[in-house]
Amino acid sequence: MRLWVNKVAIILSTATALLGLLFLGWILFTLVIKGVSSLSPYIFTHDLINNGIRNLLWGQFVLAGLASIIGIPVGILAGIYLQEYGNHTRYANFIRDLSDVMMSAPSIVVGTFIYAVIVVPVGHTNGWAGIAALFVMMLPIVVRTTDDMLSLVPIELREAGIAIGAPKYHVIFHIILKAAKVGIMTGLILAFARIMGETAPLLYTSGSSIYMSSGLSETYPSMTVSIYNLATMPSEELVGLAWAAALILTLVVLVLNLLGRFLIKDKRL
Amino acid sequence: MSNKMEIKNFSFTYKKAKAPSLHQVTLPIKANKVTAIIGPSGCGKSTLLRSMNRIHDLYPGNKYEGEILLYHEEKQPQNILDIKKENEFIELRQKVGMVFQKPTPFPMSIFDNIAYGLRLTGLKNRYKLHEQVEKALRDVALWDEVKDRLHDDARGLSGGQQQRLCIARVIALKPDVLLFDEPTSALDPLSTLAIEEMIFELKKNYTITIVTHNMQQASRVSEYTAFMYLGNLVEYDTTETIFIRPNKKQTEDYITGKFG
Repeated sequence: MRLWVNKVAIILSTATALLGLLFLGWILFTLVIKGVSSLSPYIFTHDLINNGIRNLLWGQFVLAGLASIIGIPVGILAGIYLQEYGNHTRYANFIRDLSDVMMSAPSIVVGTFIYAVIVVPVGHTNGWAGIAALFVMMLPIVVRTTDDMLSLVPIELREAGIAIGAPKYHVIFHIILKAAKVGIMTGLILAFARIMGETAPLLYTSGSSIYMSSGLSETYPSMTVSIYNLATMPSEELVGLAWAAALILTLVVLVLNLLGRFLIKDKRL
Repeated sequence: MSNKMEIKNFSFTYKKAKAPSLHQVTLPIKANKVTAIIGPSGCGKSTLLRSMNRIHDLYPGNKYEGEILLYHEEKQPQNILDIKKENEFIELRQKVGMVFQKPTPFPMSIFDNIAYGLRLTGLKNRYKLHEQVEKALRDVALWDEVKDRLHDDARGLSGGQQQRLCIARVIALKPDVLLFDEPTSALDPLSTLAIEEMIFELKKNYTITIVTHNMQQASRVSEYTAFMYLGNLVEYDTTETIFIRPNKKQTEDYITGKFG
């Protein structure tokens, strides 16, 4: 009887795992089939106005990149505070819970929020609003990753640093962060991959543009938003372009994720 | 025989604990000798050791009572429980070094592990830095094993080597007192032997206090032994007396393995 239950459990879990993989494979397969025909060097060298995606790719990287440049240091410092200074105080626990809530907040809500506080006062969609929305998306992920990774560093390492007369900040920045470096790096890459693929926060913050950007205070090109727009166009060519863009975006996110995985593996060295 | 440290009527209460973990402990730490603190788990021996460099203060809210005196060569003895300023803590910890149960190599190269503490003291000269790192590694008999890979990650060393590295890291700062908190309980017998031999060498220059679960180890390495039980110091005497003809029944029962 136990053997029998065991067999059923193995079969069920294998089957469901395969089901998950099936969908993943299906998505990739569809993307490749539909996207590959529209892929050409041409689309990388021309903007959307000329049926290329150069400006979109660039725009997406700029938005996600600038959001990361602001979000990463702020998030890491906040994570350090939570784990190293405020740990177990009521305030730190409150911030920690809040970050968890923020992490699972629907991204469209974040987009709406930024729309209300930035886009409406300014009067039109703009790059900064997109960056702000991605920043809000990213911050809790970075905070919690840093917090979690630091919590894995053994307490003895902190004591050992203090015990040879190092000031606390020195122990944190020269020993503890180094010990948690790989984990934090992985988290950052995954966080970046996450905001690279976001559509909803950008939908009515940065909007998207068919031109190369004329500045962050204007409506800014965004790949995800354009995919959304292009997909419903009547023109076959433009829909094909959307597929190609989707394929490229997926590849970028996939590579970033694999890079994260690779780092995790390296950690077991 | 002079004292290097003196613990007087010392009581310690952890944050939010109702009762103190140490009650009125009085104990001398003789200069250039090895003092072993033994006792069953939870008797307060580590708590006592961790008070001697105030590492407890990493976690605020604990209560100290009594005195722990540290004797200096030229200055008046200092009650380390009076220390409040960060720079005084740093000075204390450079004078009273500590080695932990689990080896704790920093995530950096072998060289940098030792140089870390030295750089904190303001030593920048590369030549001098190298000289002192080499000396510290020689003192723990690790130099020959690592001299060709000083710039490799210290976490690649074996457990016993890591622990010797941690000891080298502490003695590089030339402390007066070395505190060992069960330094060999995570090591195999051979590495343990190496550490014990090293302690034997080190006591020429340092005052050593070692907390250990292993009674044979206490009898092998120490000149003085303190037996603690339930937060009280039961008996303190020369190691010979404690192990051969202890004065208290409780000590004898523990030594002979009737409880503990």
